[in-house]
Amino acid sequence: MQAWTLILLLLVTMAAAYHLGRKRAITSAGGVSQIKSLHSLPAYYGFYAALWAGIPALLLMGLWIGFQDQIITSLVAASLPPEMTAGLSEGRVGLMINDIKNLATGNIVSAGVTPEIQAAADQYSRLRSLFTWTMWLAVGALAVGGLSYAWLKTEPQMRARNRVEGSIKVIMIVFSSIAILTTLGIILSVVFESIRFFDRISPLDFFFGTSWSPQIALRADQVGASGEFGAIPLFTGTLMVSLIAMLVAVPIGLLSAIYLSEYASRGLRSIAKPVIEVLAGIPTVVYGFFAALTVAPFIRELGATLGLEVASESALAAGLVMGVMIIPFVSSLSDDVINAVPQSLRDGSYALGATRSETIRRVIVPAALPGIVGGILLAVSRAIGETMIVVMAAGLAANLTANPLDSVTTVTVQIVTLLTGDQEFDSAKTLAAFALGLTLFLVTLTLNVIALTIVRKYREQYE
Amino acid sequence: MNSQASTGAQPRRAIDVVNASLKRRYAKERRFRLLGATAVALGLAFVVLLFADIIGKGYTAFQQTYIQIPVTLSAAEIDPKGTQDPDAIAHANYMALIREGLRGLFPEVTQRSDKRRLNALISVGAPQFVRDRVLADPALIGTTQALWILADDDIDMLVKGNIDRAAPEDSRRVNDQVIGWVDRLAEQGRVQKRFNTIFFTHGTSREPELAGIAGALMGSFYTLLLTLILSFPIGVGAALYLEEFAPKNRWTDLIEVNINNLAAVPSIVFGLLGLAVFIGFFGVPRSTPLVAAMVLTLMTLPTVIISSRAALKSVPPSIREAALGVGASPLQTQFHHVLPLAMPGMLTGTILGMAQALGETAPLLMIGMIAFIVDVPGGFTDSATVLPVQIFLWADSPERGFVERTSAAIMVLLAFLFLMNLAAVLLRRRFERRW
Repeated sequence: MQAWTLILLLLVTMAAAYHLGRKRAITSAGGVSQIKSLHSLPAYYGFYAALWAGIPALLLMGLWIGFQDQIITSLVAASLPPEMTAGLSEGRVGLMINDIKNLATGNIVSAGVTPEIQAAADQYSRLRSLFTWTMWLAVGALAVGGLSYAWLKTEPQMRARNRVEGSIKVIMIVFSSIAILTTLGIILSVVFESIRFFDRISPLDFFFGTSWSPQIALRADQVGASGEFGAIPLFTGTLMVSLIAMLVAVPIGLLSAIYLSEYASRGLRSIAKPVIEVLAGIPTVVYGFFAALTVAPFIRELGATLGLEVASESALAAGLVMGVMIIPFVSSLSDDVINAVPQSLRDGSYALGATRSETIRRVIVPAALPGIVGGILLAVSRAIGETMIVVMAAGLAANLTANPLDSVTTVTVQIVTLLTGDQEFDSAKTLAAFALGLTLFLVTLTLNVIALTIVRKYREQYE
Repeated sequence: MNSQASTGAQPRRAIDVVNASLKRRYAKERRFRLLGATAVALGLAFVVLLFADIIGKGYTAFQQTYIQIPVTLSAAEIDPKGTQDPDAIAHANYMALIREGLRGLFPEVTQRSDKRRLNALISVGAPQFVRDRVLADPALIGTTQALWILADDDIDMLVKGNIDRAAPEDSRRVNDQVIGWVDRLAEQGRVQKRFNTIFFTHGTSREPELAGIAGALMGSFYTLLLTLILSFPIGVGAALYLEEFAPKNRWTDLIEVNINNLAAVPSIVFGLLGLAVFIGFFGVPRSTPLVAAMVLTLMTLPTVIISSRAALKSVPPSIREAALGVGASPLQTQFHHVLPLAMPGMLTGTILGMAQALGETAPLLMIGMIAFIVDVPGGFTDSATVLPVQIFLWADSPERGFVERTSAAIMVLLAFLFLMNLAAVLLRRRFERRW
C-alpha cells in the first residue's frame, strides 16, 4: 500500500511543480504584463518543472520496486547459514526462501519453523522496511532535486516548449515500443523455461513421444517417477477439437456471410448480422459453461439412445461449441472479402446469363478465395489457442484417439492444469507448460503471419 | 424458304440448351439459397439457444428460499449478564436458538438422526444473520421473534423444483421425510422465496446459499480500473506516435507487424508471460488486481492502438494543415486539434478493449486469480478474483445450487458487457462525424 501513497504524493508534487514553474516563469519575465518576453507560453514552464519533478522520481521508483525483491531475496539467501543449504537442490532452497517470505508476511508456512528460519524471516522484514524507507528518501530527494533544477533553469530565454515537446515525444516512442517489449517478453519467458525443460527431456521425446503423463515424483524410487512428456496425444487432441470446430464454423459462417451479403434484404441483414456478431462478444468462459453443462450431457444422452458410448467430456461437445464461437469470426471476415469483390465481376457474370448462385460459386467465391482462406487460417489459429472451452468441456486424459466421442486433451488444457495449483517453479512438470506454450506461440504465430500476408496481398489486388 | 428448322438433323440452338437446363439450374439456385438461409437461421438459433439456456438455468438464483421460524432470543443464552455488551452478544450460540425454534415446530422428531436431518434444513450461515439482527437491535433480546431464516441449498433446490421428487429416494439429495417437513412448512406459509441479496453483497463461499459475487465484482472493478489507467494513455500515445510522427523505417515497420501479431496471439500465452516475467522476475504479488491489470493491459493494447489509429486516420488533413498554418507546433496541432476530434473513436475502441478484458479468463488462471478468496478485496494489491474466473470456479463445483448461481453470475457479466458495448455504440452515434 505504501507504493500507492508514494505515487499519489508524487502526483501532488507534480501538480505543485506545475504551478511553481509557471509562477516562476511569469516573475522571471517581470510580471504578467511582460509575459511576451518569455520564449514559450507560461504553462510550458510549468510542464517543464512538473516533468523534472515527476519523471526521474517515478522511473527510480519503478526500478526500485521492480528489483528490490530480488536483491533482498539474494541477500537473505546469502546470509543463510551454509549448513542449512548444503546438499539441497536449487528447488529446495527456493522452497525454503518462500517459507521465509511467508513467515515474514504472516502467511502459512509449509515446514516447521526453526530458529534459523525465524532469524532469516526477521532479517527479511528488516531489510524490506530498510529498503522501503531508503526508497522513500531517494525518490523524495530526486523529486525535490528535479524541481529545484527546473526552478534554477527557468528564465525567459529557456526554450521550455521545445523541451517539453521533446520529452513527450520520447514518452510516446517508449509507449509504442511496449508492443515490441511484449513480444520480446513472451519469447524470452517461454524460450528460457523451454530450454531448461529440454535439458531434462529430449525434444525428440517431447515432439514425437506418444504418451503423456506428467507427474512429479513423491519418492525417488517411485514407478514412473520421471513422468512421460510425449506431446503427440495433445497435438492430435488439439487438432481434433479444432477440426470439429472448423467443420461447424466454416460452412455456417461462410454460407451465412454469402446469404447476408448477396441474397438477404436490407432489413434482415441489419438485424441478423449484429445478432450473429453477438456470439463474438460472449466471454469464452460462458461458452465453456454452456459446453460442459448443456451440450456435453445432451450429446451423451443422444449417444446413449443411439447405442453409442460417449465420454462425458467428449471432443465433440467442446469442438461444436468452439465452432459456434468462431462462426462470427469466419462470417465477418468472409463478409469483408466478399464485399471487396468488385461489382463489375458480378455484373459481367449476370450479363452472361448466370444465375445468382452460379455467379457466387463460379465468380465471387473464386475471386474472394485467398481472402477467405486467410480468414479461415486466422480462425484455425484462434481455435488452437482457445482455452476456456476445452478446459471446461474437454477432458484431462491424454488419449491418442481418432474417435470424436472419446475424451481428448489439448495443449492449452495441459498448460492450465500444469500451472494452476501450487508446485515448485522449476520441476519438469511446470517447465513442460512453457515448452507447450512455446509450441503454441510458434504455431499460432506462423498461421497468423501466413494469414495476414494472404489477406493483405488480396486486398491490394482489388485496390 | 429452306429453313433449317424444317430439316431433321439440324444443330440445336443455344437457347434450347439453355431452356432445357433452366429447370435444373433454378432448382439448384433455390437449394443454394435455402442452404444460405439455413446457415443464417442456425447462427441465430445458436444465439437464442445460448441465451435461453443461461437465463433458464439462472433466473431462479435471484431468489432464495427462507423458512420462518419462531426463535426465542433468550437472554440467558445471548446476554446472560445483561450488559448488552456487543462483544458478548456477538459470541452467543445463535445456531442453538434457531434449532430450538425449528424443533418446536416439529415436536414429534425425537430420534438423533432425524434431528440431524431437521437441523440440516437451515443453512450453516443462518446464525450470522440473526446475530446481525440482534446486534442492530438489542431490545430483541428476551423476546420470541418469527424470523425468516436462510434455508440450506438442498432445500432451496427442492422449493425451486430443481430436485425431481419422482426420482428414487436414494438418488436424490433430500429424502421423503425432509420433503414431508418442507411441504408441511410450506402449507403453514412458513416457506418463502425472497430476493437474493446475499448474491450481491457477499464474497464466494463453499455453501451455495452463502455464495455471492460481490468479491468477484470488486476484483473485476479494480482490475479493469487499473487496466484502463494503464492501457488508455499508453495506447493513445503509441497510436499518436505511429500514426502522426513516426518516420517510415525498419523500426516502425517492426512495431506495426508486432502489434498486428500480438492481437492474434492466444490469450493464454499472455498468462505465461505474466507468470514468468511479472511474478517470477519482478516479484509482483500473485492473485492481485495489480498483476491481472498488467497482463490485461498488454493483451488489450493492440485493440486500443489499432482503433485509436483508425480514429486518427479519420480526422481530415485539412485540420492539421490549418493548425500548422496559424503557427501551432506539431505537438500542439495534435493535442489541441486532432486528438479532441479523434477522442470519441479512441474511447469507443478503448471501451471495446475493456469489454474484452472484462470477459477474459485464461491468462488470469495462470497468475493465481483462481485462489479461493472469501473476502471482498479493498485495493489493487489485495488478493482477489474476477467475475469470469469466479464463473469458472463455480462451474466446477458439484453442488446443484452452484449451477443456477453460475448462470446468474454469467447474466451479470453479460449485462455489464452489454452496457459497455451499448456505451460504445452510443458514443459512436453521438459523436461520429462524417467529413
